[in-house]
Amino acid sequence: MMDEIKIPPTGHQLNPHNWVKVYADYLYIYAITRIRNEEQARDLVQETFLAGLQSMHNFAGKSSERTWLTAILKNKIIDVYRKNSSGLKAQEITDVKAEDDFFQEEGHWKKEYWPQRFGMDDYDPFTKKELNQVLQRCMQKLPALWLSVFTMKHLDDETTDFVCAELRISQANFWVVIHRAKLNLRACLQKNWM
Amino acid sequence: MNGLKRILYNCRKATYLIDKRLIGKITFRETVELRIHLAGCGICRIYMDQSQKINEMIRQLLKTGEKPVITLDDQFKGIMQERIEDHLNRK
Repeated sequence: MMDEIKIPPTGHQLNPHNWVKVYADYLYIYAITRIRNEEQARDLVQETFLAGLQSMHNFAGKSSERTWLTAILKNKIIDVYRKNSSGLKAQEITDVKAEDDFFQEEGHWKKEYWPQRFGMDDYDPFTKKELNQVLQRCMQKLPALWLSVFTMKHLDDETTDFVCAELRISQANFWVVIHRAKLNLRACLQKNWM
Repeated sequence: MNGLKRILYNCRKATYLIDKRLIGKITFRETVELRIHLAGCGICRIYMDQSQKINEMIRQLLKTGEKPVITLDDQFKGIMQERIEDHLNRK
């Protein structure tokens, strides 16, 4: 405490005493929209604050306190994604299908999986809410890795390179995941909507 | 590599390219092949429409959909505050 703290003249400063009051809810919502598990999200917020305390000396004052804390949280979320995508492979035997289930050997659609027009194509506001609920249920059936890829791509607009690097999957694998996830989602929507 | 014939009759490949193109890039050759396939395949045209719509729906769902108005409970906040103060005092 006696140390002289160098304060950047125009930069941002950290005030950990206020972190909980000012940022806890913001960070919690950030986490829960990406993790969808209340307990885990809560723990991540706490870990973010503790990690922040430990690396305060690295704060250069170039970004705002909030941006800095969010960056820490984001890394922690990616760690969770990564953990989910390795190790848990065995759990991926839900009722998701591989391409082989949708297509015949030479590449034609199997007749029972032919895409058909259904309510989704009109997309009127009345059915939108229900359709969203169906979509949500269908998404929950996807394996954790697929959902992580989707969330990073669609919620955070990350580049494909970034997603692949962070989740340690190859580009080829990334596109296979996207394709499979989409085939399954579409089939699930059609099945539960018609 | 892939002859024209291969893509013409290959819905698996076509849908793969459709999904890839929606959020990434496919080559010029692939674009041409896909266009030819789609010209003759109504099923994959439906797939393309719906795949695109699903992307839009996912975006909306993730960004705005049921954004939880939940906040962290005060008790947990209290615990975090204590831990932070502890840490600061230790120094």
